[in-house]
Amino acid sequence: MSRNEILKSIRAQRVPTAELPSLDRTWLRFADPLAQFESQLAGVGGRAVRVRSTDEIAPILNARPEFANANGIVSHVAGVAANCDLATIADPHELESVDWAIMPAEFGVAENGAAWVTDERIRHRAIYFIVQHLALVLPADQIVHNMHEAYARLSVGSSSLGVFISGPSKTADIEQSLVIGAHGPRSLTVFLVEPA
Amino acid sequence: MNHAPLAAAFVADAPRAKWHDETLWFVRAKRDKAAQSVPEWEELRECAAQIKAHTVSRLADYLEQFEREATRRGAVVHWARNAAEHNEIVLKLLSDRGVKRLVKSKSMLTEECHLNPFLERHGIEVVDTDLGERIVQLAGESPSHIVLPAIHKKKEDVGQIFHEHLGTTAGATDPNYLTEAARQHLREKFVQAEAGLTGVNFAIAETGGFVVCTNEGNADLGVSLPTLHIASMGIEKLVPRAQDLGVFLRLLARSATGQPITTYSSHFHGPRPGGELHIVLVDNGRSDILASDEFRRSLNCIRCGACMNTCPVYRRSGGHSYQTSVPGPIGSILAPSRNPKMFYSLPQACSLCGSCSDVCPVKIDLHHQLLTWRRELAHQGLLSRSKRLGMQAMSFVFRRPALYRLAGRVARWLTPLLPRFMIYNGLNAWGKQRELPDFPAKSFGEQYAERRRHESQRNS
Ligand code: SF4
Repeated sequence: MSRNEILKSIRAQRVPTAELPSLDRTWLRFADPLAQFESQLAGVGGRAVRVRSTDEIAPILNARPEFANANGIVSHVAGVAANCDLATIADPHELESVDWAIMPAEFGVAENGAAWVTDERIRHRAIYFIVQHLALVLPADQIVHNMHEAYARLSVGSSSLGVFISGPSKTADIEQSLVIGAHGPRSLTVFLVEPA
Repeated sequence: MNHAPLAAAFVADAPRAKWHDETLWFVRAKRDKAAQSVPEWEELRECAAQIKAHTVSRLADYLEQFEREATRRGAVVHWARNAAEHNEIVLKLLSDRGVKRLVKSKSMLTEECHLNPFLERHGIEVVDTDLGERIVQLAGESPSHIVLPAIHKKKEDVGQIFHEHLGTTAGATDPNYLTEAARQHLREKFVQAEAGLTGVNFAIAETGGFVVCTNEGNADLGVSLPTLHIASMGIEKLVPRAQDLGVFLRLLARSATGQPITTYSSHFHGPRPGGELHIVLVDNGRSDILASDEFRRSLNCIRCGACMNTCPVYRRSGGHSYQTSVPGPIGSILAPSRNPKMFYSLPQACSLCGSCSDVCPVKIDLHHQLLTWRRELAHQGLLSRSKRLGMQAMSFVFRRPALYRLAGRVARWLTPLLPRFMIYNGLNAWGKQRELPDFPAKSFGEQYAERRRHESQRNS
């Protein structure tokens, strides 16, 4: 009955009407959104790597010691080998020992270096947060200028989780010193696959 | 409770107060840079304010729509009139499922409801997982800032706390080392937890979902391992449409820390497969604020903390001196709405510099509301005795011009002759921490009259 009381109490208040503004206008745009995305990502502690095809990703990762020596690897990107399959894991707690995940992202946002990912067709959403290192792969021509364009293109609520990820997990809670790697991934690499 | 003596205790440690002041100013400067990098900043603020004004004008409809949509997506919506109801709902959800261990991520609302001590009394272990919140939790304190909960702690303090509770090396102060220790410690807690609780930054009426913003990813980790996710939100967190988020996400992180966006902006819609999602809608005084033309806009607040970072009083008095879960300028408006007797002193601390209103991303007229509160509190007879007597004396003198002039003359003649202790003592709040300016030889009135005389001589 709290519900009805709260609603009743809200309806009893006389609040002046106000229009909902239209957001359909021209917002910030960039001459080179891809370059802007890369520099924003670098600014938040991430790393952007341009590749011509997804085949180039595995060699680049293999050259990194923290990848070559990784325990568990999850990959949802063709061409990058994995040794752990999310679909066969019943309990997400088991992902604790996974070091790397290479996952597709739908698109990026130039103004803040964020990439949009969802848990659609992904059995355990924890994968984005529990691994030590995260790599996202997205087509280089899928960079929108700003957040308004981002919401115009994505369908909010189509999956139970959708996240803008911008850089690795970080904190500045101890005397405002920036530390990378709070609870989630210690690094974020975004592979931008250039159109063929 | 009274703000001034608590602030005095904070300021007594002068180097620390100076450091606190400078650290927050640094964050404010980062905010300025971020805001200036967006050419349409003012347009965004205007849109945000309009969206909020519209939402509260139809709040009941939007809440019903939200409930309908959230339910359709498989979430369970609960309603709480006050803090006690909120806590009971959470406890019941946990105890019905035999949950003994809960991980929480930044939720000022659960602070407002004093959820932690309540659950602990019922034998549930509650772990705050935001690093800053964990620091203050281990220290047995409350957050002193809504975005930077441990901003009042130096790294030496954190080193000591972690040494005692997490077994880090005594005397260690390196933030990297300390953060790594917290990471290991909290991972253990994440893995053991049987339920995760988050706050809500924005809820969307159109889709029945909500957004949680963090840099650490603690909200996401906390709710993606256990099957039960509880989200606590104040009823003012709603926006009508998903596209409105574009406006608010552009404003929030830039205003809070100067980042272009938080690392994780997570949109939750319904439970994950095999899981449960419960959303608790909390009123706790918010619908009363809705009624007031003066204070309604305080419900626009998106809890970015910018008004605290810029406030000269907050920066120098520390968040704990406010004794309320939301301190600073916005806290000084919200707290008296809830309990004017207890929080009467907060609006008095304001210097009316207006800086908070300038930085507020949702255009709340903070300093006007603080001034309104002063009038209102005086009206309710809630001023302290010294303030009341002082104001009565002043009004007596101001109403008698001859007496006013005489008093001025006596003061100008007498004050320079008085020994120091008679001027700088407990009765003179203005002489605390600063030297009073020298008295002019002539009063303003005398100078004005003289000037008029000269001018009329010149013109004649
Ligand atoms: S009042 Fe404005 S500036 Fe202060 S926390 Fe709320 S939104 Fe931010």
